[in-house]
Amino acid sequence: MRPFYCHNAPRSSLVMAKLFAKIWRTGIVTEPLSIEAGRTLDLARRIEDRTRRLLGRALAIRQVDAGSCNGCEIEIAALPNPIYDCERFGIHFVASPRHADLLLVTGPVTRNMEVPLRKTWEATPDPKLVVSIGDCAHDCGVFRGGYGVSGPVASVIPVDAHVPGCPPEPADILAGILKALDRLPEPGSRADSRTGSTASRR
Amino acid sequence: MFLLLMLAAYAAGAVTALALPPARGRRPAAACLALGALAGAVAGARVVITGQPVGWELPSSLPGLALLLELDPLGGFFLCLIGLVVLPAAIYAPDYLASPAAPDAAGGAHAADGGRVAGALTALFILSMSLVVAAGNVFTFLLCWEGMAVCSLLLVVGDGATEERRGAGRWYAGMAHAGFLLIAACLLLLAARTSGGAFADIRGASYGLGTGARNAMFLMALFGFGSKAGLVPLQGWLPRAHPAAPSHVSALMSGAMLKLGLYGFLRVVFDLLGGGPPWWGGLALALGIISALYGVLYALLERDLKRLLAYSSIENLGLIFMGAGLGLVFHGAGRGDLAALALLASLFHAFNHAAFKGLLFMGAGSVVRATGTRDLEAMGGLIKRMPWTAACTLVGAMAIAALPPLNGFASEWLLFQSLMAGVGVAGPLFAVAMAMSVGALALTGGLAAACFVKAFGITFLALPRGRAAAEAAESPRLMRLAMLIPAAACVLLGILAPSFGRFTAAALAAVPWLDPSSASFRLDAGFEVRDGFGRIAPAVLALLLLGSAAAAWGAVRLLASRRRRVGETWGCGRIGQTSRMEYTAAAFAEPLLRVFGDLLRPTRDLTIEFHPESKYFVRSIGYRTRVRAWLEEDLAGAIRRLLRPLGGSGRLIQSGSVHLYIAYVFAALLAFLLLARWM
Amino acid sequence: MIGAGGGATGLGAILVEVLQGLLALLLAPGIVGLVRFIKARLQGRRGAPPWQPYRELAKLFGKEMVVSRNASWIFGVAPYVVFASTLAVALLVPMLAAPLPIDRAGDLIVVVYLLLLGTFAIGLAGLDPGSAFGGMGSSRALTIAALAEPTIALAVFALAVPAGSTNLGRIVARAIEDPGGALSPGHLMALAALFIVMLAEAGRLPVDNPATHLELTMIHEAMILEYSGRSLALLEWAAFLKFFVFLSLLANLGLPWGVALNPGASAVLVAAAILIVKVALLAAAVAVLETRLAKLRLFRVPELLSVSFLLALLAITSSFLVE
Repeated sequence: MRPFYCHNAPRSSLVMAKLFAKIWRTGIVTEPLSIEAGRTLDLARRIEDRTRRLLGRALAIRQVDAGSCNGCEIEIAALPNPIYDCERFGIHFVASPRHADLLLVTGPVTRNMEVPLRKTWEATPDPKLVVSIGDCAHDCGVFRGGYGVSGPVASVIPVDAHVPGCPPEPADILAGILKALDRLPEPGSRADSRTGSTASRR
Repeated sequence: MFLLLMLAAYAAGAVTALALPPARGRRPAAACLALGALAGAVAGARVVITGQPVGWELPSSLPGLALLLELDPLGGFFLCLIGLVVLPAAIYAPDYLASPAAPDAAGGAHAADGGRVAGALTALFILSMSLVVAAGNVFTFLLCWEGMAVCSLLLVVGDGATEERRGAGRWYAGMAHAGFLLIAACLLLLAARTSGGAFADIRGASYGLGTGARNAMFLMALFGFGSKAGLVPLQGWLPRAHPAAPSHVSALMSGAMLKLGLYGFLRVVFDLLGGGPPWWGGLALALGIISALYGVLYALLERDLKRLLAYSSIENLGLIFMGAGLGLVFHGAGRGDLAALALLASLFHAFNHAAFKGLLFMGAGSVVRATGTRDLEAMGGLIKRMPWTAACTLVGAMAIAALPPLNGFASEWLLFQSLMAGVGVAGPLFAVAMAMSVGALALTGGLAAACFVKAFGITFLALPRGRAAAEAAESPRLMRLAMLIPAAACVLLGILAPSFGRFTAAALAAVPWLDPSSASFRLDAGFEVRDGFGRIAPAVLALLLLGSAAAAWGAVRLLASRRRRVGETWGCGRIGQTSRMEYTAAAFAEPLLRVFGDLLRPTRDLTIEFHPESKYFVRSIGYRTRVRAWLEEDLAGAIRRLLRPLGGSGRLIQSGSVHLYIAYVFAALLAFLLLARWM
Repeated sequence: MIGAGGGATGLGAILVEVLQGLLALLLAPGIVGLVRFIKARLQGRRGAPPWQPYRELAKLFGKEMVVSRNASWIFGVAPYVVFASTLAVALLVPMLAAPLPIDRAGDLIVVVYLLLLGTFAIGLAGLDPGSAFGGMGSSRALTIAALAEPTIALAVFALAVPAGSTNLGRIVARAIEDPGGALSPGHLMALAALFIVMLAEAGRLPVDNPATHLELTMIHEAMILEYSGRSLALLEWAAFLKFFVFLSLLANLGLPWGVALNPGASAVLVAAAILIVKVALLAAAVAVLETRLAKLRLFRVPELLSVSFLLALLAITSSFLVE
């Protein structure tokens, strides 16, 4: 067993230099958020003013896979990456519904996930939001009528907003969340324009 | 006056317990013991404060066999310590013993006679402990020492109904008597040069001894008293005897009796022998460090609540002997001022340990009484059913983990400062040794915190892990009161540490070469060590903590949302929660077991039963891990192997015939007479 | 003269203390936000602005608190104990001026044990709701705390011996008066040891990943998995504060210049400005380091801590030899 500090001891300083040189060359790759005109976001419910005020700029998300095919998960997993960078909007994913403000639910709710989904919703402190992601979450999609499917998300817990798509793109998901909070950035706003200028360094 | 009152009260306690039927006699007997404890504490405190020894002698016609009591400040300090443990233990005992549910209480109560003898033995045990510290000559000391050992041995064995108690009795008897032989040899050798064996005479005579004799006496004292204090490698009896005894007796043994090992060590090595070369202290310091680490590591892994506390006693006695050893080193190096600092740490910690270990054993007793088990893995959730016990035990657990502003921190801080003071005393090698000691002390502190998070958390928090724990009931009022006393002591000794430090320093005046006035510490509103090398003010710290907490609470109350909802524990949406999902005591300690695997040598068995059709399907998996206290067991095994042939040859003269034994007595008498004539 | 009280008048000193406490409380979230921001930039992301943690705290304080049915009062009290012990540490560590009268109340050993008090409380709170994650977190947190303890003690020792005091105010004041001492190999090694311990204690990479979502790799996060609302806010704030206190301790021990020796108004304001710069630089260093490091396996952490232990031991030996 080699001790931890000699993993690549002879080259470590060189590797480190290379790493940071690459970081410098790459620059910031986050893309401005733009929503295609054709895709409309469907807001299922109005959100209270208080909720918006409280969660508007710091939102913690707990993702619940209620039986999805994992297509939506792949798209959701792209949210925190450098391209979509949900953190710039103060959005981050957390490990416990106790820390969460928003539940991001995917998939047709299967019978096995019905109770866990409800428990997750109960475990989340108020004020809380639920955004359902993907067509399955809305109407069970191709799984409708399946013997293991219990129903759409809205039949188990109250849904505040829905993002359609099979699967929706990360940008759509992000826009959906922001729309739910009513703070979608206007095109050309400060957050986006700055991104554009730094990204141009590439 | 108070001394006599104490003796009378303890004796009355013994008589009451024996004379009255247990159901009616327990409370009066306990009242006598509590009164005795108070009187003893007052007598001790008076001697410490005035500095005037009090004495009392029962002359005897035989030379050296007079009963001589002389209470000096050092003895007075320990008498206070005993009083601090005895008072709550006495209040605790009646209801605890009356409970049918406490398995260890039933054992200690001599089921056949309803606990009369046990009650009387407890009183005699306390009496002999109090007399040990008041003994003024070798004969009195040895008599009381042996009385203390025998009484506690009988209390540990109880009715001897279980193998656990018999085994504990064998270990304890062996260790206590091996220790007694060493102590007796040491003291008799010291007394041989005086006419009556009075400590006052020995003090003057011991300086004339040869180096070899003094070294031999030191070693005998170290190992003799070390066996009582549970120093490694003489610690084996502790984790066996403490769990077997009734809990208030465990509190007495661990809280008070173990400290008498320190008392004896200080009395003989510091007072009678007047200190020695630095290696004496070095040896004691090394044994202290080893005991501290050994004790805390095994405490961490233990799942038996009372054994855990017993191992933690080994740890704390190790810390106490670190201080004593360090004091000896400093004295050997000619630094009496620093020696006083190290001894202050040692004595202070001894007193603190009496407070929190007595408390913890009584808390453990309440838990055992309520649940009928000592197994941590069967407990849990008791904080809701036993709030008082839980709160008191929490104070004890925090104090023993040396968390400020409780008392354990004050003495560990002093110990840290004493070790740091050692840097400039001797050469570079010694400085590095001191640095390693500081590291060992800090590691001990950290592991103790982990150990008591485990002990408290697994016992009192989360869901009950067994039926007994789910149906536990809080202890009766007197038992709760008994636990509140040491809990209050832990808080007060912590916050008022400097005042109590002054009291402790006054006890040091008993050792002639330790002059507290030139010592390298100052105690006013806080501790100050070595002209400002280290300074703390525990009361200010307590205020700071309280103030911060109050400010945070107030601000949250005013500004934050007050909404609160009760829900289920989050478990990833699983349907139900049972206690089987909780972390166990073994799991809690597992990372540290791995880290210290080379020392602890755990054994693991993994048995997998496959499905008969295919080995890719598993029917059951069994995983067992066991940590054996190999040092204790292997050492005992080696000694047993060594002694067995000796015992065999000894059997030759044991025929069982009364005539032969009378002949032995006659022969022995004749031999002594001849010897006396010849000398 | 670094005598008692450092010449500070009672009222002035108390004002400086209050200022220091407020400064630490208010700056701590920002410093953590700065680390996150720099890390985001190094990862090629835009990232949240450095003041994002303030928004998070404000949000959490405004939210409802959900408490487990199985939890006891320990669960409710623990956040206050953690917060109070960390705040007490923040008051004991000299940030703006040294030495202040409060220096006499507690030294570095007190600081170490106050932090242990916080770990003890949160360790119990982790076990309280009976969740397996919480137990796992407290077991690991206490394992690491116990193993870090000897290193901290030795680093304290190494700093205290040349300075002639374990009290932080005197150590810092001494370092300002004797700049050569601050650059001695013993001092530097002790600081390096303290830096490694800081990473372990404050739950940073490579010991614990503050951004992890995977329960099996969590340490600190696992213990607070059950907390919500204002309790969670207090715990998060205490964690931010702990990080800030460690950074300012390292900054003021390593580069003591700027700390006011007399608590006059202008000197203290200058000291505050310099402190912010120093801590921000250290935070940037931590961010760069965390970009480069991966989390260590739990059972590799003892090796890291033993390296730090060895550094501290060498520091003591060298400081002794130099004398």
